[in-house]
Amino acid sequence: MQLHTEIQVPPHDVHIFGPPQPEAEPFPHPQLSATGEAMHVSVTNLACARGGLQVLAGVQFAVSSGQALVLKGPNGSGKTTLLRTLAGLTPPLSGQIETAPDAIAYAGHADGLKAQLTTAENLRFWAEVFGTSGIAEAVDAFDLHELLDRRAGELSAGQKRRLSLARLLVTGRLVWCLDEPTVSLDAENTARFARAVEAHLTGGGSAIIATHIDLGLSRSETLDITPFVAKSLPSEDPFSDEAFA
Amino acid sequence: MKGLFKRDLALAIRAGGGFGLGLAFFLIVTILVPFGVGPNTATLSIIAPGVLWIGALLACLLSLDRVFQVDWEDGSLDLLATSPLPLENVAAAKALAHWVTTGLPLVVAAPILGLLLNLPMPGYLWLMLSLALGTPALSAIGTFGAALTVGVKRGGLLLSLLVLPLYVPTLIFGALVVTRGAAGLDATTPLALLAGITLATLAGLPFAAAAALRVNLR
Repeated sequence: MQLHTEIQVPPHDVHIFGPPQPEAEPFPHPQLSATGEAMHVSVTNLACARGGLQVLAGVQFAVSSGQALVLKGPNGSGKTTLLRTLAGLTPPLSGQIETAPDAIAYAGHADGLKAQLTTAENLRFWAEVFGTSGIAEAVDAFDLHELLDRRAGELSAGQKRRLSLARLLVTGRLVWCLDEPTVSLDAENTARFARAVEAHLTGGGSAIIATHIDLGLSRSETLDITPFVAKSLPSEDPFSDEAFA
Repeated sequence: MKGLFKRDLALAIRAGGGFGLGLAFFLIVTILVPFGVGPNTATLSIIAPGVLWIGALLACLLSLDRVFQVDWEDGSLDLLATSPLPLENVAAAKALAHWVTTGLPLVVAAPILGLLLNLPMPGYLWLMLSLALGTPALSAIGTFGAALTVGVKRGGLLLSLLVLPLYVPTLIFGALVVTRGAAGLDATTPLALLAGITLATLAGLPFAAAAALRVNLR
Protein backbone atom coordinates (compact mmCIF):
# COMPACT_ATOMS: atom_id res chain seq x y z
CA MET A 1 0.00 0.00 0.00
CA GLN A 2 1.22 3.43 -0.89
CA LEU A 3 1.68 5.25 2.37
CA HIS A 4 1.51 8.94 2.86
CA THR A 5 4.85 9.72 1.32
CA GLU A 6 4.34 13.41 1.58
CA ILE A 7 1.40 14.97 3.24
CA GLN A 8 0.90 18.62 2.68
CA VAL A 9 -2.10 20.00 4.42
CA PRO A 10 -3.24 23.34 3.04
CA PRO A 11 -2.77 26.15 5.52
CA HIS A 12 -6.50 26.77 6.01
CA ASP A 13 -6.75 23.37 7.66
CA VAL A 14 -4.35 24.53 10.29
CA HIS A 15 -6.64 27.39 11.17
CA ILE A 16 -9.55 25.08 11.91
CA PHE A 17 -7.82 24.24 15.13
CA GLY A 18 -5.82 27.34 15.62
CA PRO A 19 -3.48 25.74 18.15
CA PRO A 20 -0.57 27.89 19.17
CA GLN A 21 2.00 26.67 16.66
CA PRO A 22 5.18 26.66 18.68
CA GLU A 23 7.35 27.67 15.75
CA ALA A 24 9.57 29.96 17.74
CA GLU A 25 10.15 27.42 20.50
CA PRO A 26 13.41 25.59 20.50
CA PHE A 27 12.84 21.92 19.78
CA PRO A 28 14.83 19.14 21.28
CA HIS A 29 15.50 18.34 17.66
CA PRO A 30 18.11 15.71 16.98
CA GLN A 31 20.12 16.84 13.99
CA LEU A 32 20.46 13.39 12.61
CA SER A 33 20.95 14.46 9.03
CA ALA A 34 24.27 16.01 9.97
CA THR A 35 25.89 12.60 9.65
CA GLY A 36 25.29 12.68 5.92
CA GLU A 37 23.40 9.40 6.01
CA ALA A 38 20.32 8.88 3.85
CA MET A 39 17.26 10.45 5.42
CA HIS A 40 14.52 7.91 6.15
CA VAL A 41 11.89 9.91 7.94
CA SER A 42 11.62 13.64 8.22
CA VAL A 43 8.80 15.17 10.21
CA THR A 44 8.10 18.89 10.12
CA ASN A 45 5.69 20.73 12.39
CA LEU A 46 3.41 17.72 12.67
CA ALA A 47 0.11 17.83 14.53
CA CYS A 48 -1.62 14.52 15.28
CA ALA A 49 -5.07 13.72 16.56
CA ARG A 50 -6.68 10.72 18.15
CA GLY A 51 -10.42 10.27 18.11
CA GLY A 52 -10.82 13.76 16.62
CA LEU A 53 -8.95 15.41 19.48
CA GLN A 54 -5.58 16.99 18.91
CA VAL A 55 -2.90 15.22 20.92
CA LEU A 56 0.41 16.53 19.62
CA ALA A 57 1.44 19.75 17.90
CA GLY A 58 4.62 20.98 16.30
CA VAL A 59 6.43 17.65 16.34
CA GLN A 60 9.71 17.89 14.52
CA PHE A 61 12.41 15.30 14.07
CA ALA A 62 14.37 13.41 11.46
CA VAL A 63 15.69 9.88 11.38
CA SER A 64 18.31 8.73 8.94
CA SER A 65 19.82 5.44 7.96
CA GLY A 66 21.42 3.53 10.82
CA GLN A 67 19.75 5.52 13.54
CA ALA A 68 17.19 4.82 16.20
CA LEU A 69 14.89 7.40 17.71
CA VAL A 70 13.54 6.47 21.12
CA LEU A 71 10.28 8.22 21.97
CA LYS A 72 9.78 8.93 25.64
CA GLY A 73 6.84 10.43 27.40
CA PRO A 74 4.38 9.62 30.15
CA ASN A 75 1.35 7.38 29.54
CA GLY A 76 -1.20 9.06 27.34
CA SER A 77 1.21 11.66 25.99
CA GLY A 78 0.66 10.58 22.40
CA LYS A 79 3.44 8.12 21.54
CA THR A 80 1.02 5.64 20.00
CA THR A 81 -0.79 8.40 18.12
CA LEU A 82 2.50 9.67 16.71
CA LEU A 83 3.55 6.18 15.59
CA ARG A 84 0.15 5.48 14.00
CA THR A 85 0.35 8.80 12.18
CA LEU A 86 3.85 7.97 10.92
CA ALA A 87 2.65 4.54 9.77
CA GLY A 88 -0.11 6.22 7.76
CA LEU A 89 -2.97 4.74 9.79
CA THR A 90 -4.12 8.15 11.00
CA PRO A 91 -3.92 11.20 8.76
CA PRO A 92 -2.01 14.12 10.32
CA LEU A 93 -3.92 17.28 11.15
CA SER A 94 -1.20 19.43 9.72
CA GLY A 95 2.48 19.39 8.97
CA GLN A 96 4.60 17.17 6.83
CA ILE A 97 5.86 13.60 7.00
CA GLU A 98 8.43 12.70 4.40
CA THR A 99 9.38 9.07 4.01
CA ALA A 100 10.46 6.86 1.20
CA PRO A 101 7.41 5.07 -0.22
CA ASP A 102 6.67 1.76 1.50
CA ALA A 103 9.48 2.25 3.98
CA ILE A 104 7.66 1.85 7.27
CA ALA A 105 6.96 -1.37 9.13
CA TYR A 106 4.57 -0.80 12.01
CA ALA A 107 4.20 -2.95 15.13
CA GLY A 108 1.62 -1.87 17.65
CA HIS A 109 0.46 -3.07 21.04
CA ALA A 110 -1.47 -5.98 19.55
CA ASP A 111 0.58 -8.87 18.23
CA GLY A 112 -1.45 -9.31 15.04
CA LEU A 113 -1.09 -13.09 15.11
CA LYS A 114 -3.60 -15.68 14.06
CA ALA A 115 -4.16 -18.12 16.91
CA GLN A 116 -5.19 -20.97 14.61
CA LEU A 117 -2.07 -20.73 12.43
CA THR A 118 1.32 -22.07 13.44
CA THR A 119 4.32 -19.83 14.00
CA ALA A 120 5.71 -20.78 10.59
CA GLU A 121 2.37 -20.15 8.87
CA ASN A 122 2.04 -16.74 10.49
CA LEU A 123 5.49 -15.73 9.25
CA ARG A 124 4.93 -17.22 5.80
CA PHE A 125 1.70 -15.24 5.45
CA TRP A 126 3.45 -11.93 6.11
CA ALA A 127 6.33 -12.90 3.82
CA GLU A 128 3.79 -13.47 1.06
CA VAL A 129 1.98 -10.18 1.74
CA PHE A 130 5.25 -8.22 1.71
CA GLY A 131 6.71 -10.26 -1.15
CA THR A 132 9.85 -11.16 0.81
CA SER A 133 11.64 -14.35 1.84
CA GLY A 134 13.51 -13.50 5.03
CA ILE A 135 11.80 -16.05 7.26
CA ALA A 136 14.95 -17.99 8.22
CA GLU A 137 16.73 -14.85 9.49
CA ALA A 138 13.66 -13.85 11.46
CA VAL A 139 13.43 -17.29 13.07
CA ASP A 140 17.15 -17.15 13.97
CA ALA A 141 17.01 -13.63 15.36
CA PHE A 142 14.19 -14.38 17.77
CA ASP A 143 15.02 -18.04 18.42
CA LEU A 144 11.71 -19.41 17.19
CA HIS A 145 13.00 -22.80 15.96
CA GLU A 146 11.31 -24.76 18.72
CA LEU A 147 8.01 -22.98 18.17
CA LEU A 148 7.70 -23.25 14.39
CA ASP A 149 5.05 -25.96 14.37
CA ARG A 150 3.09 -24.76 17.36
CA ARG A 151 -0.09 -22.83 16.90
CA ALA A 152 0.25 -19.18 17.85
CA GLY A 153 -2.73 -19.51 20.17
CA GLU A 154 -0.75 -21.94 22.33
CA LEU A 155 2.25 -19.65 22.77
CA SER A 156 2.93 -17.68 25.92
CA ALA A 157 2.60 -13.90 25.86
CA GLY A 158 6.37 -13.46 25.56
CA GLN A 159 6.63 -16.04 22.78
CA LYS A 160 3.80 -14.31 20.89
CA ARG A 161 5.67 -11.03 21.26
CA ARG A 162 8.83 -12.60 19.82
CA LEU A 163 6.88 -13.96 16.87
CA SER A 164 5.24 -10.60 16.35
CA LEU A 165 8.66 -8.87 16.39
CA ALA A 166 10.10 -11.49 14.03
CA ARG A 167 7.49 -10.31 11.53
CA LEU A 168 9.40 -7.00 11.30
CA LEU A 169 12.40 -8.79 9.82
CA VAL A 170 10.11 -10.57 7.37
CA THR A 171 8.69 -7.28 6.08
CA GLY A 172 12.12 -6.25 4.82
CA ARG A 173 11.26 -2.60 5.40
CA LEU A 174 13.70 0.16 6.28
CA VAL A 175 11.99 2.02 9.09
CA TRP A 176 10.62 0.14 12.06
CA CYS A 177 7.91 2.01 13.98
CA LEU A 178 7.54 0.12 17.24
CA ASP A 179 5.09 0.76 20.02
CA GLU A 180 6.23 -0.70 23.36
CA PRO A 181 8.00 -3.62 21.66
CA THR A 182 9.43 -5.15 24.84
CA VAL A 183 6.14 -5.66 26.69
CA SER A 184 6.05 -9.19 28.17
CA LEU A 185 9.62 -9.98 27.06
CA ASP A 186 12.05 -11.30 29.68
CA ALA A 187 15.56 -9.87 30.10
CA GLU A 188 17.15 -12.40 27.75
CA ASN A 189 14.66 -11.75 24.97
CA THR A 190 14.78 -8.01 25.49
CA ALA A 191 18.51 -8.27 24.83
CA ARG A 192 17.78 -10.45 21.82
CA PHE A 193 15.38 -7.79 20.53
CA ALA A 194 17.97 -5.06 21.13
CA ARG A 195 20.48 -7.10 19.10
CA ALA A 196 17.94 -7.46 16.28
CA VAL A 197 17.38 -3.70 16.24
CA GLU A 198 21.14 -3.14 16.33
CA ALA A 199 21.60 -5.50 13.36
CA HIS A 200 18.78 -3.71 11.52
CA LEU A 201 20.50 -0.36 12.10
CA THR A 202 23.89 -1.73 11.04
CA GLY A 203 22.24 -3.01 7.88
CA GLY A 204 21.21 0.54 6.99
CA GLY A 205 17.75 0.49 8.50
CA SER A 206 16.34 2.82 11.11
CA ALA A 207 13.85 2.61 13.92
CA ILE A 208 11.44 4.80 15.86
CA ILE A 209 10.68 3.12 19.16
CA ALA A 210 8.30 4.14 21.91
CA THR A 211 9.55 2.48 25.06
CA HIS A 212 10.00 3.06 28.76
CA ILE A 213 13.11 0.93 29.17
CA ASP A 214 16.68 1.52 28.09
CA LEU A 215 17.54 -0.79 25.20
CA GLY A 216 21.22 0.16 25.22
CA LEU A 217 21.33 0.90 21.50
CA SER A 218 24.61 2.37 20.30
CA ARG A 219 23.32 4.97 17.86
CA SER A 220 20.11 6.15 19.39
CA GLU A 221 18.68 9.54 20.11
CA THR A 222 15.96 10.14 22.64
CA LEU A 223 13.04 12.40 21.91
CA ASP A 224 10.86 13.40 24.82
CA ILE A 225 7.49 14.23 23.31
CA THR A 226 6.16 15.98 26.42
CA PRO A 227 6.90 19.48 25.02
CA PHE A 228 4.74 18.69 21.98
CA VAL A 229 1.65 17.63 23.89
CA ALA A 230 -1.19 19.85 22.75
CA LYS A 231 -3.41 21.56 25.24
CA SER A 232 -6.56 19.50 24.89
CA LEU A 233 -8.75 21.81 22.91
CA PRO A 234 -12.40 20.96 22.53
CA SER A 235 -12.39 20.65 18.78
CA GLU A 236 -14.84 20.48 15.97
CA ASP A 237 -14.71 17.16 14.22
CA PRO A 238 -11.65 17.67 12.04
CA PHE A 239 -12.64 14.84 9.72
CA SER A 240 -16.24 15.84 9.16
CA ASP A 241 -15.51 17.12 5.66
CA GLU A 242 -13.76 13.96 4.57
CA ALA A 243 -15.37 11.29 6.69
CA PHE A 244 -15.80 9.05 3.68
CA ALA A 245 -13.09 10.45 1.47
CA MET B 1 -3.80 -10.80 -2.20
CA LYS B 2 -3.57 -14.52 -2.93
CA GLY B 3 -1.83 -14.98 0.40
CA LEU B 4 -4.61 -13.23 2.30
CA PHE B 5 -7.26 -15.25 0.48
CA LYS B 6 -5.48 -18.52 1.30
CA ARG B 7 -5.01 -17.48 4.93
CA ASP B 8 -8.69 -16.61 5.31
CA LEU B 9 -9.70 -19.95 3.81
CA ALA B 10 -7.37 -21.78 6.21
CA LEU B 11 -8.72 -19.80 9.17
CA ALA B 12 -12.32 -20.51 8.17
CA ILE B 13 -11.73 -24.23 7.82
CA ARG B 14 -9.77 -24.68 11.08
CA ALA B 15 -11.41 -25.02 14.46
CA GLY B 16 -13.47 -22.01 15.47
CA GLY B 17 -13.42 -20.56 11.97
CA GLY B 18 -17.13 -20.93 11.43
CA PHE B 19 -16.97 -22.81 8.13
CA GLY B 20 -20.15 -24.80 7.65
CA LEU B 21 -22.03 -22.66 10.15
CA GLY B 22 -23.88 -20.80 7.41
CA LEU B 23 -24.58 -24.04 5.59
CA ALA B 24 -26.01 -25.68 8.71
CA PHE B 25 -28.14 -22.60 9.37
CA PHE B 26 -29.48 -22.69 5.78
CA LEU B 27 -30.30 -26.36 6.24
CA ILE B 28 -32.17 -25.84 9.50
CA VAL B 29 -34.15 -22.81 8.35
CA THR B 30 -35.28 -24.62 5.22
CA ILE B 31 -36.21 -27.75 7.14
CA LEU B 32 -38.22 -25.71 9.66
CA VAL B 33 -40.42 -24.15 6.98
CA PRO B 34 -42.47 -27.29 6.14
CA PHE B 35 -43.08 -27.75 9.87
CA GLY B 36 -44.48 -24.26 10.10
CA VAL B 37 -46.36 -24.12 6.81
CA GLY B 38 -47.65 -27.67 6.80
CA PRO B 39 -46.95 -30.57 4.47
CA ASN B 40 -49.18 -29.36 1.62
CA THR B 41 -46.87 -29.91 -1.37
CA ALA B 42 -48.68 -27.38 -3.56
CA THR B 43 -48.16 -24.61 -1.00
CA LEU B 44 -44.52 -25.60 -0.51
CA SER B 45 -43.89 -25.50 -4.27
CA ILE B 46 -45.16 -21.94 -4.41
CA ILE B 47 -43.08 -20.63 -1.52
CA ALA B 48 -39.95 -22.72 -2.19
CA PRO B 49 -38.05 -20.11 -4.30
CA GLY B 50 -38.61 -17.35 -1.78
CA VAL B 51 -37.76 -19.53 1.22
CA LEU B 52 -34.58 -20.84 -0.37
CA TRP B 53 -33.41 -17.36 -1.26
CA ILE B 54 -34.23 -15.87 2.15
CA GLY B 55 -32.50 -18.83 3.81
CA ALA B 56 -29.38 -18.28 1.69
CA LEU B 57 -29.43 -14.58 2.50
CA LEU B 58 -29.64 -15.11 6.25
CA ALA B 59 -26.97 -17.81 6.12
CA CYS B 60 -24.62 -15.33 4.39
CA LEU B 61 -25.32 -12.76 7.08
CA LEU B 62 -24.32 -15.13 9.86
CA SER B 63 -20.57 -15.08 9.25
CA LEU B 64 -20.25 -11.47 8.09
CA ASP B 65 -19.28 -9.95 11.42
CA ARG B 66 -16.13 -12.09 11.42
CA VAL B 67 -14.89 -10.70 8.10
CA PHE B 68 -12.94 -7.75 9.57
CA GLN B 69 -13.76 -7.86 13.28
CA VAL B 70 -11.34 -10.64 14.21
CA ASP B 71 -8.49 -9.01 12.28
CA TRP B 72 -9.32 -5.69 13.92
CA GLU B 73 -9.30 -7.17 17.41
CA ASP B 74 -5.97 -9.00 17.11
CA GLY B 75 -4.25 -6.07 15.40
CA SER B 76 -3.63 -7.71 12.04
CA LEU B 77 -5.89 -5.21 10.28
CA ASP B 78 -3.48 -2.42 11.30
CA LEU B 79 -0.61 -4.50 9.95
CA LEU B 80 -2.45 -5.24 6.71
CA ALA B 81 -3.20 -1.53 6.31
CA THR B 82 0.51 -0.74 6.57
CA SER B 83 1.50 -3.58 4.21
CA PRO B 84 2.05 -3.18 0.47
CA LEU B 85 -1.40 -4.65 -0.12
CA PRO B 86 -3.93 -1.88 -0.90
CA LEU B 87 -6.98 -1.98 1.40
CA GLU B 88 -9.13 -2.33 -1.73
CA ASN B 89 -7.40 -5.66 -2.39
CA VAL B 90 -7.78 -6.65 1.25
CA ALA B 91 -11.53 -6.03 0.99
CA ALA B 92 -11.77 -7.93 -2.31
CA ALA B 93 -9.80 -10.91 -0.96
CA LYS B 94 -11.96 -10.96 2.16
CA ALA B 95 -15.17 -10.86 0.11
CA LEU B 96 -13.90 -13.66 -2.12
CA ALA B 97 -12.92 -15.82 0.87
CA HIS B 98 -16.33 -15.17 2.44
CA TRP B 99 -18.08 -16.23 -0.74
CA VAL B 100 -16.01 -19.41 -1.13
CA THR B 101 -16.62 -20.44 2.49
CA THR B 102 -20.28 -19.36 2.68
CA GLY B 103 -21.90 -18.67 -0.70
CA LEU B 104 -20.43 -21.54 -2.69
CA PRO B 105 -21.54 -24.29 -0.23
CA LEU B 106 -25.05 -22.79 -0.37
CA VAL B 107 -25.10 -23.06 -4.17
CA VAL B 108 -24.13 -26.72 -3.92
CA ALA B 109 -26.57 -27.57 -1.10
CA ALA B 110 -29.58 -25.64 -2.44
CA PRO B 111 -30.89 -28.33 -4.86
CA ILE B 112 -31.07 -30.89 -2.03
CA LEU B 113 -33.06 -28.46 0.08
CA GLY B 114 -35.21 -27.63 -2.95
CA LEU B 115 -36.25 -31.28 -2.89
CA LEU B 116 -37.43 -30.90 0.72
CA LEU B 117 -39.60 -27.95 -0.30
CA ASN B 118 -40.96 -29.74 -3.36
CA LEU B 119 -39.47 -27.23 -5.79
CA PRO B 120 -40.86 -28.02 -9.28
CA MET B 121 -38.43 -29.86 -11.53
CA PRO B 122 -37.56 -27.10 -14.03
CA GLY B 123 -36.60 -24.81 -11.16
CA TYR B 124 -33.42 -26.61 -10.03
CA LEU B 125 -31.10 -25.36 -12.75
CA TRP B 126 -32.40 -21.81 -12.26
CA LEU B 127 -32.00 -22.13 -8.49
CA MET B 128 -28.33 -23.04 -8.76
CA LEU B 129 -27.72 -20.49 -11.49
CA SER B 130 -29.39 -17.66 -9.57
CA LEU B 131 -27.55 -18.50 -6.33
CA ALA B 132 -24.23 -18.81 -8.15
CA LEU B 133 -24.71 -15.38 -9.75
CA GLY B 134 -26.40 -13.72 -6.77
CA THR B 135 -24.46 -14.83 -3.70
CA PRO B 136 -21.22 -13.02 -4.70
CA ALA B 137 -23.21 -9.79 -4.38
CA LEU B 138 -24.26 -10.84 -0.88
CA SER B 139 -20.61 -11.32 0.09
CA ALA B 140 -19.51 -8.04 -1.51
CA ILE B 141 -22.30 -6.01 0.12
CA GLY B 142 -21.70 -7.81 3.41
CA THR B 143 -17.97 -7.07 3.32
CA PHE B 144 -18.77 -3.40 2.86
CA GLY B 145 -21.15 -3.55 5.83
CA ALA B 146 -18.50 -5.34 7.90
CA ALA B 147 -15.98 -2.62 7.01
CA LEU B 148 -18.44 0.06 8.14
CA THR B 149 -19.09 -1.58 11.49
CA VAL B 150 -15.56 -2.80 12.28
CA GLY B 151 -14.55 -1.66 15.73
CA VAL B 152 -18.12 -1.34 16.94
CA LYS B 153 -18.59 -3.53 20.00
CA ARG B 154 -21.23 -6.15 19.21
CA GLY B 155 -21.55 -4.64 15.76
CA GLY B 156 -23.20 -7.79 14.41
CA LEU B 157 -26.74 -6.54 14.89
CA LEU B 158 -25.94 -3.13 13.45
CA LEU B 159 -24.32 -4.92 10.53
CA SER B 160 -27.52 -6.90 9.88
CA LEU B 161 -29.61 -3.75 9.98
CA LEU B 162 -27.29 -2.04 7.51
CA VAL B 163 -26.85 -4.93 5.15
CA LEU B 164 -30.30 -6.55 4.93
CA PRO B 165 -31.99 -3.61 3.13
CA LEU B 166 -29.12 -3.59 0.64
CA TYR B 167 -29.82 -7.26 -0.08
CA VAL B 168 -33.35 -6.48 -1.31
CA PRO B 169 -32.61 -6.09 -5.06
CA THR B 170 -30.61 -9.31 -5.11
CA LEU B 171 -33.39 -11.12 -3.24
CA ILE B 172 -36.12 -9.82 -5.57
CA PHE B 173 -34.39 -10.81 -8.78
CA GLY B 174 -32.87 -14.01 -7.39
CA ALA B 175 -36.22 -15.33 -6.17
CA LEU B 176 -37.91 -14.15 -9.37
CA VAL B 177 -35.46 -16.18 -11.45
CA VAL B 178 -36.37 -19.34 -9.52
CA THR B 179 -40.12 -18.61 -9.48
CA ARG B 180 -40.22 -18.06 -13.24
CA GLY B 181 -37.90 -20.97 -13.88
CA ALA B 182 -39.97 -23.30 -11.70
CA ALA B 183 -43.12 -22.24 -13.57
CA GLY B 184 -41.44 -23.16 -16.85
CA LEU B 185 -41.19 -19.53 -17.98
CA ASP B 186 -38.18 -17.76 -19.44
CA ALA B 187 -36.06 -16.34 -16.57
CA THR B 188 -33.19 -14.80 -18.49
CA THR B 189 -34.29 -11.19 -17.88
CA PRO B 190 -34.24 -11.32 -14.06
CA LEU B 191 -31.08 -13.44 -14.28
CA ALA B 192 -29.38 -10.73 -16.36
CA LEU B 193 -30.48 -8.09 -13.86
CA LEU B 194 -29.23 -10.25 -10.99
CA ALA B 195 -25.87 -10.65 -12.70
CA GLY B 196 -25.81 -6.89 -13.32
CA ILE B 197 -26.31 -6.15 -9.62
CA THR B 198 -23.54 -8.60 -8.72
CA LEU B 199 -21.10 -7.08 -11.22
CA ALA B 200 -21.87 -3.57 -10.01
CA THR B 201 -21.29 -4.50 -6.36
CA LEU B 202 -18.08 -6.38 -7.19
CA ALA B 203 -16.77 -3.41 -9.14
CA GLY B 204 -17.64 -0.71 -6.64
CA LEU B 205 -17.90 -2.01 -3.11
CA PRO B 206 -14.27 -3.05 -2.47
CA PHE B 207 -13.40 0.64 -2.87
CA ALA B 208 -16.20 1.70 -0.54
CA ALA B 209 -15.14 -0.96 1.99
CA ALA B 210 -11.53 0.26 1.84
CA ALA B 211 -12.65 3.84 2.44
CA ALA B 212 -14.74 2.74 5.41
CA LEU B 213 -11.78 0.78 6.81
CA ARG B 214 -9.49 3.82 6.52
CA VAL B 215 -11.95 5.87 8.55
CA ASN B 216 -12.35 3.13 11.16
CA LEU B 217 -8.61 2.56 11.58
CA ARG B 218 -7.90 6.13 12.62
